[in-house]
Amino acid sequence: MCGIVGLFLKNEALYPQLGTLFKPMLVEMTSRGPDSAGVALYRDPVADGETKFSLAHDDRDHDWQGLSDALSDSLGAASRIEQRDSHAMLVTDAEVGAVERWLAERHDGTRLIGSGRSIEIYKETGLPEAVYERFGLSSVAGRHMIGHTRMATESAVTSAGSHPFATGADLCLVHNGSLSNHNRLREELKRKGVTFGSENDSEVAAAYLTWKLRDGVSLKQAMEDALDDLDGFFTFCVGTADGFAVVRDPIACKHAVLAETDDWVAMATEFRAIASLPGADNARIWEPRPATVYSWGGDGMDIASVDHLPATVVPASARAAAGGLH
Amino acid sequence: MSTPATIPKRDAAQTLDLGELGLRGVNRRLQEHAAGSNETSWTVENPKGQHAIACGLDSALSVDIAGHVGFYCAGMNQAADITVHGHAGVGVAENMMSGTVRVKGNASQSAGATGHGGLLVIEGDASSRCGISMKGIDIVVGGSVGHMSAFMAQLGHLVICGDAGEALGDSIYEAKLYVRGTVESLGADCIEKEMTPEHLATLTDLLARAGVDADPADFRRYGSARTLYHFDIDNASAY
Repeated sequence: MCGIVGLFLKNEALYPQLGTLFKPMLVEMTSRGPDSAGVALYRDPVADGETKFSLAHDDRDHDWQGLSDALSDSLGAASRIEQRDSHAMLVTDAEVGAVERWLAERHDGTRLIGSGRSIEIYKETGLPEAVYERFGLSSVAGRHMIGHTRMATESAVTSAGSHPFATGADLCLVHNGSLSNHNRLREELKRKGVTFGSENDSEVAAAYLTWKLRDGVSLKQAMEDALDDLDGFFTFCVGTADGFAVVRDPIACKHAVLAETDDWVAMATEFRAIASLPGADNARIWEPRPATVYSWGGDGMDIASVDHLPATVVPASARAAAGGLH
Repeated sequence: MSTPATIPKRDAAQTLDLGELGLRGVNRRLQEHAAGSNETSWTVENPKGQHAIACGLDSALSVDIAGHVGFYCAGMNQAADITVHGHAGVGVAENMMSGTVRVKGNASQSAGATGHGGLLVIEGDASSRCGISMKGIDIVVGGSVGHMSAFMAQLGHLVICGDAGEALGDSIYEAKLYVRGTVESLGADCIEKEMTPEHLATLTDLLARAGVDADPADFRRYGSARTLYHFDIDNASAY
């Protein structure tokens, strides 16, 4: 199960309503994922030289201001922090790697769940509507947002095991499906120096993209490579600074639907999550093709069919079943 | 949503607001149709992508759904004539027995799955696995279909006016496939077959009944090579 949703506003007049428009999309997917929910929101880009870090802590009374002050003192940086329930957004001009090391060495239970110039990640256990409300997301403005409602299969129901998972600066991933080679891939990525915060299979997909992007591979290429290296079934939605991208595995058995009007582009596991958007009745609606990267942002939509579809697009299991039944 | 102009004008008594009645309310009203009743013509408003709309109908109703529907719309249909004025989600008209289901927009995967009879028309594109395990249904797609369409198709006709994705007709039995555009690849045991006058007549009739303007002469026919019907030890490595 699990539900994923994405909304990219093409009409600037709608920016102030992003949080209001997105809420029913996420809530409609509650039946697909009642265990936990999360969103990545893109807004208020910080100044050049600054980075915005999404931080989370299990203790709602965590001393976030103390953390920000200590970071400024230790790294000789200017920092500010704003708490939202169990999360806080830290903006600092310190170097990204130094902040990551400083947080890791502090061992105070603070989790670094995302970073970039405009991304903000919020995720918690509980029903999607309750999660959305505890972070006060109905009133947020911005251009685009992606979200996930989780029905746990591969790992525990925890905040750390919730989506989205960060994959680099202003990048994050939500996943519907399940990966079968995540244990081996996790070990391989660990050997390459990638760190993990959970036993979640989707985090491995995020870590894979992180590693590819760190190597200088483009996002599109990284997503295409994922089609070769990730074994399992998946629909991924990747949030980027400019928009979002969608890709499905070559078998494409996990649901996905795309809709577009002059005002917005939306992606969801099921159309009912899109039905509440203004003009949805007259939207252009279609199912994304397998092994094809769709992306929005910048100059609009870019569709890249992957030309090296694996020869095994017809699943061996299907052939075996067919043979057995004959 | 304003009612599309293509839907016949009906009075309020023949209009079911799904937002107001809920899915079960709408389906109960349609399924409770009494034999001999004159209330044979209905409009369903505010479908909002909900699942299983107009499922299990078993009388000769005419139902127009004014908008996009979710999964399994018009499933198990018998005798009813159902039109979706929008997009249809996964499994539209699955296991249909008879009647007609028409989708004015595109359809997601597994359209017409396991259908036993009747006519399913998708005016736009259908996604993957269209007509999977079809057992006698006729399906006419105005656009293209995705991969693995007509997988293990047993009986009936699948007419594709556009292109077909990978592995068309994989492990097909006796269903007949007609494609006007290109076929990305044929599945196991599916081959191109001769278009005889008899097949041309069947195709002409299907296109006419679907209301699709296409020249039957532009189509090619595909079907089973019948080599997978019985297990053959020499083919073990291929399974």
